Amino acid sequence: MFGVLFEQTADGQRYIDWLLAGLGWTLALAFFGWWIAFAVGVIVGIGRTVQNRLVTALARLYVEIFRNIPVLVQMFLWYFVLPEILPSRLGDAIKQIPPPWGSFFPALVCLGLYTAARIAEQVRAGIEALPKGQTEAANALGLSPLLTYRHVIVPQALRLIVPSLTSEVMGIYKNTSVALTIGLMELTAQARQISEATFQTFTAFGAATLIYLVLALIAYQSMMLIDKAVRIPGSTPAKDAVEPILADDVQSGTALPHGMEVVK
Amino acid sequence: MNSLDFSVLLQAWPYLWSGLLFSLALTAAAFVIGMMLGTCFALVQHFEVPVVSQIVRSYIALVRSIPLILVLFWFFFLVPIVLGHLSGNGRPVPIGATWTAFITFGLFEAAYYSEIIRVGLRAVNKGQFEACQALALSTFDTYRCVILPQVIRVASPIILSQTIILFQDTSLVYVLSLTDLLGAASKLAQLNGRLVEMYLVVAVVYLAISSAASQCVASLRRRYALGGAHR
Repeated sequence: MFGVLFEQTADGQRYIDWLLAGLGWTLALAFFGWWIAFAVGVIVGIGRTVQNRLVTALARLYVEIFRNIPVLVQMFLWYFVLPEILPSRLGDAIKQIPPPWGSFFPALVCLGLYTAARIAEQVRAGIEALPKGQTEAANALGLSPLLTYRHVIVPQALRLIVPSLTSEVMGIYKNTSVALTIGLMELTAQARQISEATFQTFTAFGAATLIYLVLALIAYQSMMLIDKAVRIPGSTPAKDAVEPILADDVQSGTALPHGMEVVK
Repeated sequence: MNSLDFSVLLQAWPYLWSGLLFSLALTAAAFVIGMMLGTCFALVQHFEVPVVSQIVRSYIALVRSIPLILVLFWFFFLVPIVLGHLSGNGRPVPIGATWTAFITFGLFEAAYYSEIIRVGLRAVNKGQFEACQALALSTFDTYRCVILPQVIRVASPIILSQTIILFQDTSLVYVLSLTDLLGAASKLAQLNGRLVEMYLVVAVVYLAISSAASQCVASLRRRYALGGAHR
């Protein structure tokens, strides 16, 4: 069935090389996008919980904007609109970036900042789920607010939210396919190209689907391992994490993952 | 930097409006199909119907782990072939991108809604089932009158949040060259060259609708929360 993938293409490669090149772009987008999302998400998530009203409002605005515009529209904003509304010299410089990178960087920024808004909400839920006593104890020990967040609040919150971050990991690698709309030849785009070149649509899409399935499995398993490694002893094991947030969302009527109820 | 000129909007508005109506219709249709199918999927898994529940489970796992764009491509390719086989003459039946979009989003969202309902079913107190048995309700009446209404009520905030995500996801029909809100804007942008204004307006419309809807969901959640009674 997959024999056609090993045939020669017009440019002297094999079709499977096209798929692997696509996979490379997909992985690069998902991997680097994830670290941008994680860094920005943690900062914005913390921002939503601090005392300063202005900071809270800004963090909330960030989350509202990036969560409520479809990722495809955001992709177009970064790719088409941003170079036009920047000063023309900077805008032209952006338009001059050669082909794969000219699509890759807008897609990277787009996916990173979009996913960051979702991670920020998880981080906020994690921080709010911690017992007040943690902050009070840190105050009693004379830790400054900065040190309290750095050494007490954030480490515990992050350990709590690992199961619910799983769905964000799955989300970002699936959303990489949106980058095909701005011309990045990632996995889905390559599958479509192969199907158009060979008319073996079933094979082309089947191969891409298999690759995505394997990626999903790897992402899921590694998040389980991470959760096992960093879980706070005594909090509920993430056995139900197949449907990470949902299970507990339904049961408790709040957005808090299971472990948090126990900690409370 | 070219100066922004939002006066083009006056001419563009009717077309954008029809695009928005298409987006909303697609969302509504996908919601109805997705909820009905999703409830069936959830019940099949809940009753552990042999063979069917395994098939349903694999379908859901598959759909949830590949990108929606790839699902759209799959259905765009598969639906005419499957219809051809069903109609008996074996030739693919071209049904057009619009119908493909409706079918795809319905089947795709069914996978997500069914997960929500399945988890909701598990959360219903055992006593509810026992009480129904004591009242000699048939299985059908038990689910129709007692269990499912509770599930829907408890899960409604998540179901609605998922529907907001669905509304945003309908913008992906752009890859099938359909004229939803984004599709309308991009076609106009190619005609009048006012790409910046068009995409900014689309972003603002999506932002306004989605955040208004999220606010509604949040206030519904506060008002109708079953205060722990369902434990």
